[in-house]
Amino acid sequence: MDTSRSYLEPSSFSKKIAAAIIIVYTVITLIPISWMVMTSFKNVDSAISYPPEVLFEPSLEGYVNLFTNRSRQSVEYLDSLPAPETWYEELVRSREMVITGPSKFLGRYSNSMIIGFGSTFASVFLGALAAYAFSRFRVPLKDDLLFFILSTRMFPPIAVAVPIFIMYRKLGLGDTHVGMIILYTVVNLSLAVWLLKGFMDEIPKEYEEAAMIDGYTRLQAFFKVVLPQAMTGIAATAIFCMIFSWNEYAFAVLLTQFNAQTAPPFIPTIIGEGGLDWPAIGAGTTLFLLPVMIFTIILRKHLLRGITFGAVRK
Amino acid sequence: MSQIKIVNLQKSFGDFTAVKNSNLKINDKEFFVLLGPSGCGKTTTLRMIAGLELPTSGEIYLGEEEVGMLRASERDIAFVFQLFALYPHMNVRNNLSFPLKMQGFSKSEIKERVGEASKLLRIDHILNSNISSLSGGDRQRVALGRALVRRPKAFLMDEPLGTLDAEFRELMCLELKKLHIDIGATTVYVTHDQLEAMSLADRIAVMDGGEILQADEPNIIYNKPKTKFVASFIGSPGMNFIDIDQGISNEQSTIGIEGINFNIPKQFEISKGNKNFFGIRPENLSLTDEGGLKGSVFGVEYLGSRKIITVKTNVGEIKVKTDISTNVKLNENIQIKPSNDNIIIFDGETDKSLNSEFMQ
Repeated sequence: MDTSRSYLEPSSFSKKIAAAIIIVYTVITLIPISWMVMTSFKNVDSAISYPPEVLFEPSLEGYVNLFTNRSRQSVEYLDSLPAPETWYEELVRSREMVITGPSKFLGRYSNSMIIGFGSTFASVFLGALAAYAFSRFRVPLKDDLLFFILSTRMFPPIAVAVPIFIMYRKLGLGDTHVGMIILYTVVNLSLAVWLLKGFMDEIPKEYEEAAMIDGYTRLQAFFKVVLPQAMTGIAATAIFCMIFSWNEYAFAVLLTQFNAQTAPPFIPTIIGEGGLDWPAIGAGTTLFLLPVMIFTIILRKHLLRGITFGAVRK
Repeated sequence: MSQIKIVNLQKSFGDFTAVKNSNLKINDKEFFVLLGPSGCGKTTTLRMIAGLELPTSGEIYLGEEEVGMLRASERDIAFVFQLFALYPHMNVRNNLSFPLKMQGFSKSEIKERVGEASKLLRIDHILNSNISSLSGGDRQRVALGRALVRRPKAFLMDEPLGTLDAEFRELMCLELKKLHIDIGATTVYVTHDQLEAMSLADRIAVMDGGEILQADEPNIIYNKPKTKFVASFIGSPGMNFIDIDQGISNEQSTIGIEGINFNIPKQFEISKGNKNFFGIRPENLSLTDEGGLKGSVFGVEYLGSRKIITVKTNVGEIKVKTDISTNVKLNENIQIKPSNDNIIIFDGETDKSLNSEFMQ
């Protein structure tokens, strides 16, 4: 019998196979994303050319179109104008157009930021308080309450879209930032409570008890002793909440229009001349991807531990 | 430093009563141990004294002050946890200074007190280390240090040596005792380990089922247990009990078991019923050639200098602690009898020991 082989450690051959599978999978999943990023750097013509161009001359036209409103003008009128002052004006003029003003993209983008981070903060904050209470105190009907909280996750949120739409109209919350933050917080809260309760349960209660004996109040002990200990869980929870509220599309289409519209319903409506302006849409989605990506990269070392947390009993 | 008194203290969690109507007085500068099996309410009692649990009813006095409903931080006590509960994000020095900072001491005072405590506990060389790099013993020293720097009215310790390995535990046990002699602070110490309790305590309270059964000096707890539970819980192995189907009358001084009359200490109390227990510790029994209780050897355990022989008799298994030189074989027929009159009769109805010449 071959004694050099361990039944616990994977062999180097199977490790190589695993690595190959991961690489292939990564490439496949990255194709649409890289195509999107490439499209954002194409010009309007090469974006829709057939066969599709893999090698192309990069252009910032998509980004210029994303951020501006333009109108077509006659050659005579363009000639009568003074020479363009900036590179993007020149780019637009070469298409026989002039810039008429900034587009709505920046506003929609900052709406997404406000609503995304706002609801993430609210979910994690309220979730942490609730999780701490469930973890430490004798709450009457604790199990039933926890199950109720979980059960709010058992149907797709959009199933209650109509009642929420009517409720929001009556309450004047439709198309407001506060309304969207409340909505996303409600959807995320069950996840936050359950995830964070697991983390809080793992923190020995002696830490905050020691702090309470040494002079902290319960609330101070919670903020200064428990929360720093729960950072891993908070980071993981924050990422999940952020991804949901950042990407959410259905409620955003339904409930927001002018004031609080977020980027997801706005980006597909970017219309160029004679059809969709694909480079601008590509630019919009590329920029849309960045915040969640940066957020996740910053918190990633917590994330891995967070996702696998509790899988193995210590 | 000050005395601690608890009066009619009770704690219930829903339907479950963890601590039943307890009364205790812990003297100033005393090392007091709460001893009992797990779930007996000893930790709950300690946590109520600390202010980590609120009593359902009853009063707790620290010195003259009633503190039952005060916040933990307002009671001026220090607590040492089994899991140490050192702040993991701070180094040793900051862990020690933290309670002082919270109480608003000046920087120079903090430095002085931290220096003093760390010297006393011999941790002054690791003041700048991280908690995670310390051994269990050092962590426990730091946890003690954090309690020490405050110079509190009382130290409360919840199985502080429970997580240490046997070797360290013995060492820390000695150090704790020495520390207590040095600073003479009122200490309440919870443990389920009777050896720890015996070696540390000035007085021990034995608890079971939420009740304090007996609070006395270690030797009295051992020699004159007030209840059957105390007698069986303390000692290793615990006391032997032989069922006796007869009532005990006043002035009675012999008792018949299996047709043999044994002398017992003169009894001063009448038993409530006719089912009682004859209690005797294994070391107070010896082998005899005749006139003893007959039985056969069921098992022999070697304990280094002593030997424990389990004897199977008609009245149950009885353990005898003898010299190592005693030679018996398994299944050998032998006789045993009490070697002195350290015999206690327990009332079968109340499980309490009856008063006698020996128990006085």
